[in-house]
Parts: sequence; structure tokens; C-alpha cells
Amino acid sequence: MKTLSVPHVTGWRPIAIILILAGALAAVARFALGLGATTNLSDEFPWGLWIGFDFLGIGLAASGFTIVAAVHLFHAKEYEPIVRPAILTAFIGYLLVVLVLIIDLGRPDHFWHPLVMWNPHSVMCEISWCLMLYTTVLSLEFAPIILEKFNIHSPIKWIHAVSLPFMIFGVLLSTLHQSSFGSLYLIVPNRLHALWYTPLLPVLFFISCIASGLSMVVLESLIFSRNGRPFLPTRLRANLAKAIALALAVYFVVRIQDLLTRGALHDLTTLTYYSVAFYAELLVGFVIPFALLIFEKVRTSQTGLYYASLMVVLGFAFNRMNTAITGLERYPSQTYFPSIIEIFIMLGITAVGFCAFSFIAEYLPVFTAEEAGAGQHRDAAPSVEKKPLFAPPECEDPRPS
Amino acid sequence: MTSKKAMLIDISLCVGCNACQAGCKEENGLPPQEEKYLSLTAYTALDKYNDLYVRRMCQHCDVPTCVSVCPVGALTKSSTGPVSYDGEKCIGCRYCLQACPFHVPKYEWSSTKPSIRKCKFCPSRIASGRQTACAEACPTGATKFGDRDELLAEAARRITAEPGKYVPRIYGEQDVGGTSMLYLSPVPFEQLGFDSRLGKAPMPMLTMSALSKVPNVLSVGGVLLAGVWWITNRRAEVQAYESSLKNGNDPEREDDE
Repeated sequence: MKTLSVPHVTGWRPIAIILILAGALAAVARFALGLGATTNLSDEFPWGLWIGFDFLGIGLAASGFTIVAAVHLFHAKEYEPIVRPAILTAFIGYLLVVLVLIIDLGRPDHFWHPLVMWNPHSVMCEISWCLMLYTTVLSLEFAPIILEKFNIHSPIKWIHAVSLPFMIFGVLLSTLHQSSFGSLYLIVPNRLHALWYTPLLPVLFFISCIASGLSMVVLESLIFSRNGRPFLPTRLRANLAKAIALALAVYFVVRIQDLLTRGALHDLTTLTYYSVAFYAELLVGFVIPFALLIFEKVRTSQTGLYYASLMVVLGFAFNRMNTAITGLERYPSQTYFPSIIEIFIMLGITAVGFCAFSFIAEYLPVFTAEEAGAGQHRDAAPSVEKKPLFAPPECEDPRPS
Repeated sequence: MTSKKAMLIDISLCVGCNACQAGCKEENGLPPQEEKYLSLTAYTALDKYNDLYVRRMCQHCDVPTCVSVCPVGALTKSSTGPVSYDGEKCIGCRYCLQACPFHVPKYEWSSTKPSIRKCKFCPSRIASGRQTACAEACPTGATKFGDRDELLAEAARRITAEPGKYVPRIYGEQDVGGTSMLYLSPVPFEQLGFDSRLGKAPMPMLTMSALSKVPNVLSVGGVLLAGVWWITNRRAEVQAYESSLKNGNDPEREDDE
């Protein structure tokens, strides 16, 4: 019998507790002492690890809008079981990003200012608004999960009545701010390295967030299939993998063509800090996973798919960190490495996210909703794929113990 | 309304006496020690290149990048020239530090309630018809305060009057869309640490091209997505209806009965 070789994370609860405590301490230090004493940020390097983390979190939370669009707008109903996990991922991702943004602000007490003080010329203003509105939309999309748990059904009807415009609005908001994170850097042509600076930054950010968001969905569905409950049929997951491969291919073509037209390709002919970072990002995140995903065998294999989508996520992280940090280290030839406090806050917040996810997955009807609502998918699932592939009885519960 | 003010900085006339910095510090109540770089306590500083001195300070751009990127409008451009900052609005996002093509704003990193600091272009002096503190302090006339149009004409006059003394370019006339600081130099500006890649177009245009698409994304995208939903929903309805017909029970007849 073929067993699933997706690595398990066991015994991470004490690690998570340590990370969260360290992060909380770091946050206290940051608020008590200010940014200068606790971070390695400077006038020359005003944005660092936290901004990169924000890009990362938002990009990985892109599953929320892609899956909602596919299922509820494009009526790909067979993906229904993954809607709630995707919304949960997005909701947690956004809340954490908002938290990091507030920690990153020099005046956290002024965080509400963009609500009342508008500068329509500012990308940052647009992003603040998109984040606030989309987090609201996500909370509305998430609310039924909580309300179901406590058997309060009348507001659910109301939410369902207005859900279509909200879903459309949510998809549009996501499109806007996923690309706007790229637009943030349009203003620094003299600072950002030519390998990353391009007028197409918003387009590239949008395409890559689709690949990474779907990869997160695939990873989640693989991890939550480990306890023997087939989560998404192999065929559907293979279809998602096809969509990922397509997004990767589009991204690659646009990226290379853009480098060609801007004449930045010669930066790649010599081995420098930047070209190595660029190659790492493109190979790990885009070329190799694409090469893997074009094979049907990989798309239908749990292990293959796990590593391919993990690579997409890693390469995506590389790309965002390169844009936010590496590409800016050229000017003014000053390097930046995050301080221990910056790292602890980021790790602590990541741990909070994982804990929140597993806690909510455990106590709220996130993964069980289809039993009540869309039972037919539950019935359809086992008939499509071979059971042994999915339900290795010796698999432990993947949720942290 | 008063006309647009500017300063003409003739690099060939500067002797590096630092009186501009001292005057600036006095005007702004900053600690008086001499400083070589822009900082929280030096809103202007002299950069030395061989025997030439270049004043660095906020350029008070005509279309300022910092003003365009600030999400809360803490930075504003006044019609007389100064780019002003309001720390009461500022959320501390530091986008202005990231975006300023001249690397001017300095941030109070050590504070828990930080602001940015930079040259203010002495707005209260300008309002009362006086010249800026640095221009007043300059003993050689290397910094001259006045109406921007007049200073541009003056600069052009100096270039034509003594051919060979200056490179034929007024830095700031059109760079990044024009600035309030106009420089004359005896050597090419690139040799004095001026960024030669900034171009003449105002930097905010770079993001405006992306931001101008927002209404389109919302309107066209909204219609498109709603249309897609309607079509796919209709298709599902038709399918359900047809399959129910095949199964022999007509849903409409059921409704009638």
C-alpha cells in the first residue's frame, strides 16, 4: 500500500508557544523602545522584513478570492469543499498582515488615519482601503462558519442574500491590492534593481499571487487529506495543479519578455548577488515546479504535488523578499539584515496564524461544512479516486498535537 | 497670491563656509554643531567634491513624489513653493523616505512618536515677504532666494555671460518635473553626486498610470464578473431543468398541480 510521504510536523506546539511568547516580548520591546532601537531599519532602508512578510502573507492568502471566484462566480461547484479552508486562510492571512502593518507603522496610534484622510494619488492609500474593505468582506464570508457553530441561522440568510455583490466586490478588491503591492515599487525606479523594477510589477504580482494562492489550497488539501478523509478528489487537485502550471507559464513568459524589452537580461549573464537571487527565485518558484506540473504523473501524485506546490510557495516568498529587500540593497550600496526582534515578531505572528488555523479548523465547521450543505461532493469524491492513495490508515492526524 | 519662490544655488560661488547650515539651524532651533550630512538636526548640509561644495536639502519639487505617495496627505505642496509636513497626520509608514528621489526626509527612528524632518523652505519667512534663513546667511551669494521665473532667467544669463564657466544646464529647471532648488555647476552634475537617471517626467506619473486603472477595474471588472456569474448560473439552471425533463418529471407541471 502506498503511503503518503508528506512530511509531518509533530510536536510543534511547544515550539509554537515559544515563538509566540518571544514574538510578544519582541512586540512589547518594539512599542516601548521605538523602531530605531529594535529594528535594523534606517533612513536608507526604511522598509524591511515586515513589508516583505506583508507581501508574502497577502499573496498566500490569494486562495480566498481565487477559489471564491471559481466556485461561486464561475460555478465550479466541485471545488466547494475547499471554499471554507480558502476563506479561513485568507481571513487569518489578512488579519495577520494588518497586525504586522500596524506594528510596522511609526505611529501605530494613527493607524486609522487613512480612513478619514485620503490621498487618492497614493498607492498606499488605495492598499489601506482595499485591505480594510476586503478584510470586512472576508469576515462576512467567514461569519456563517461561526454562526453555524452556534446555530444562529437568521443572519446567515441575510448574508446569503447579499453575498453575490460582496463576492464580486471581494474578487475586485483582491485583484486591485494584490497588484497594488507591486505598484508600491513603481515609484522607486532609481532604487530598485533592474531585475525587479518594471512597469509591469502590478501585473507580475497579480499573476504570481494566483499561482501561490492556488498552491496554498493544494497544500492545505493535501495536509488535510492525511487523516484518512479524502479532501479533494485527485482529479480536482490535478486540475488545480494545471491552473497553477498555467499561471506559472504566463508569469514566466511575461517576466522574460519584460526583461528582454527593457534590456535587463545582460544583468543575468554575470554571476552577482542579484543574479543569483533572481535565478533562485525563478528556478525554485517558477521553472522547476512548472516542469514538474506538466507531467500528469506529478499532478496526480500526492508527494509530487506537495513538493511542486511547496516550491511555488517558496519561490513566491523569494520573489517578494527579493523585491522588498534584495533589489533595494543596491541603493545606497547598503545591505540590510533584519534584527532579531524583527525576526521574532514575524515568527511569532506566523505561529499565531498556524495556531489560529488549527484551532478554528478543529472547533468550527470549516472542513465539515459539506456534510451539512453539499453532501453530494462527499459522495462523489471517493468514487473518483482510488481509496488507497488517499486513506492510508496508518497516517496520523496531521493537525498539531 | 504670491508667486512661486525658488532658490538659485551657484556651486561655483560656494566657498564651503557652512553659514547656510548655521543660519538654518538657528532659524529652526536646532543644535548648532557643524554636520556633514543631512540628519534630524541638519536640514541642509554641504557635500564636498574636490574643491566644489554642493548644498543638499529638500528640493521642494513642483510635483513632489513624497506628496503623491503619502497615504494620509501629511505632506503638502504649497503654491508658493514649500513642501510642508504635518506630523499630526503622519502614520509613520515611511513611504516618503522610500520614494523621495533625493533621499531627503529623515526619520526620528529613536522616538516612539516619530516624525520625519527635512528642510521646510522657511514658509513663515516667505509668507512675510522675507527670504529664507540660508539665503540670508550666505555671504557669497551662492544661494539666492527669489521668484522662480526670475531666478531661471538669472541663471540663463549667467550661463550665457560667461561661456565655459558653467555647464549649460540648470539642474532643477525640468528635472523630475521641476524643483524649487535650481543649481548651476562648473562641472557636469553627474560628477557632483546628482542622479542622472531621474529624467524630466514627474515621478508620481509612474504610479498614476497604475492608479488610473482602478475605476476601470472596478466598473468593467464588476460588470464582467456579474455577467460571468449570470451565464454560469443560467447554464446550471438549464442543465438542472433538462435533466429533470429527462427523468420524466416536468418541474413546471409539478408547480401547476
